[in-house]
Amino acid sequence: MAALIEAKNLVKLYRMGDETVHALGGVSFTIPRGDYCAIVGPSGSGKSTLMNIIGGLDTPSDGRIVIAGNDIGEMNDDDLAVFRNQTIGFVFQSFNLLPRLTALENVELPMIYGGVLPKERKERAAELLARVGLGQRMEHRPTQLSGGQQQRVAIARALAGRPALLLADEPTGALDTNTGIEILALFNQLNTEGATVVLVTHDHDVARATKRTIEMRDGHIVSDQLNDRSARHDANV
Amino acid sequence: MMRTSDLVASAGRALRANPMRSALTALGVIIGVASVVAMVALGSGAQAQVERSIASLGSNLLIVVPGAMRSGGGVRGQAGAGGGWDSLTMDDAAAIAQLENVEVVAPSQRARAQVIANGLNWNPEVNGVTPDFLVARDWEVASGRMFDETEERQARRVVVLGNTVAVNLFPNMDPVGQTVRMNGGTYEVIGVLESKGQSGFQDQDDIVLAPLTTVKRRIAGRRGRGDTVSQISVKAESEQVLNRLQEDVENLLRQRHRTREGEDDFTVQNLSSISETMAQTTGVFTALLGGISAVSLLVGGIGIMNIMLVSVTERTREIGLRKALGARQSDILHQFGLEAVTLSVAGGIIGLVIGVAGAWGMTTLFNLPLVVSPLNAGLAIAFSGLVGVVFGAYPAYRAAKLDPIEALRRE
Repeated sequence: MAALIEAKNLVKLYRMGDETVHALGGVSFTIPRGDYCAIVGPSGSGKSTLMNIIGGLDTPSDGRIVIAGNDIGEMNDDDLAVFRNQTIGFVFQSFNLLPRLTALENVELPMIYGGVLPKERKERAAELLARVGLGQRMEHRPTQLSGGQQQRVAIARALAGRPALLLADEPTGALDTNTGIEILALFNQLNTEGATVVLVTHDHDVARATKRTIEMRDGHIVSDQLNDRSARHDANV
Repeated sequence: MMRTSDLVASAGRALRANPMRSALTALGVIIGVASVVAMVALGSGAQAQVERSIASLGSNLLIVVPGAMRSGGGVRGQAGAGGGWDSLTMDDAAAIAQLENVEVVAPSQRARAQVIANGLNWNPEVNGVTPDFLVARDWEVASGRMFDETEERQARRVVVLGNTVAVNLFPNMDPVGQTVRMNGGTYEVIGVLESKGQSGFQDQDDIVLAPLTTVKRRIAGRRGRGDTVSQISVKAESEQVLNRLQEDVENLLRQRHRTREGEDDFTVQNLSSISETMAQTTGVFTALLGGISAVSLLVGGIGIMNIMLVSVTERTREIGLRKALGARQSDILHQFGLEAVTLSVAGGIIGLVIGVAGAWGMTTLFNLPLVVSPLNAGLAIAFSGLVGVVFGAYPAYRAAKLDPIEALRRE
């Protein structure tokens, strides 16, 4: 499989007063297309920083990361906006749906910034909502939906731009266990259908639902291994 | 890049989400634009009224009155302080008529008399004039006729009534052919003048015209006797020669009266220069009113800025999300900028309507013409749009520059 993400010696420095914090201290890894991978670690491990860089919300201080042919360090603000719109599908812990918009309109949002025509937008949004099992709830507003349903809307929204990568930040963190398992099953299904998924979490149980776990601590990768999913397959999916 | 229609829809949705807040924010601009529009319309109305009333006195007209005026003010030719009130004579008028560029010279003698008809009485100004008076003042007879030179010379007892006098003394009949009594004498009404309306605070139609000789002999009393006149109207051949004629008249009268400049016992009023001065005065007044009102528009703009800043703070997370989903800085800038401009332009349009309505009410109350030019209306809208751009720019810029990571972390 061709590499979707290639990171070499990634460094991210933050200045906090007089101190310089190494959020990332030279991280290298490769994620191939079609991978389903979890980045785990306690808070302060650098996993959020890494996620922000992968998502094009932040740029590395040093080193190089190329995602689907885009060199993140070389891009300006507008390039990064287009990159986020076209290449990345974000899923957040707290869903981040706009409360005034219906489920359908929330899914349309990234396509508005992508310049997709209204008719095409609506059709695709409806199709995606049907795909995540919310075909009957398209005109509902976020407050009229359960947490699990809201996260499904968010996943549909993430898929709207036909992204090369689904990037999820603690996607089950705000959900109860059973709903969390359903959401992970949805990611698994999307991965089976061809999507590359990177999931950031501090929860090892969540990480074990993926194919591969990258573990971070203090700005470094401390382990990178394939998960033995067959043992837990029945329990999770 | 966001499509324009989506941008507009998004701004509209954001403003409708908080209708009360949007309305109150726009209110500042509404009040500002309404007061600017109303004040400017009122001022322009006053200006038009001044110009119209002075023009109604007659065009290309010089009015010579006895006595020196201390300053250039005063529209009606009442003799001012200084000099004698009896310094002008019929011979002066005849001499002025010999000057170049003169179309018509009309000496006149004013008097005040009780006019009685049908048991009704009225106290108008009685003006002894020659037939040329109507030419000098651009005035027409509405019904009947003006007396001619023969009647004037022979001091016939005929009068032509101003419209106000006619209406008050002959409420339900045609005055022409009727008689009125003045100072114990009986006079035949041979004509009624067309209405000229108000000039300043004076009703120009509250007047009775009679032959100059008749007035001097029978009505004016001691003051009117002899050769003196109370006013000489001089009509120039054209507007271009008016100022030159004014100088010529002044020089001629100085020569005849043996006075030097600065010690004149007469005053030559140039109506077009008076008109200009008054128009300038009201113009300054209009600008002042408009300027004061513009301050409230400024306050309205600050209100928009204030609310937009609050809105950006409240919607920080939304802005972060939009950026994460692919909104560029320019998209966010346009979105918030458009919200501010929509608020201010909507306020401007509503303000314009209210302002015009207010101006209509006030001009009706003060009996002024309503002057609302499309240019002013367009300027009001354009200016309110500008207010939105100026005061919306900073909040929109703040929104556009937000760091998406920080913004998404905000609760």
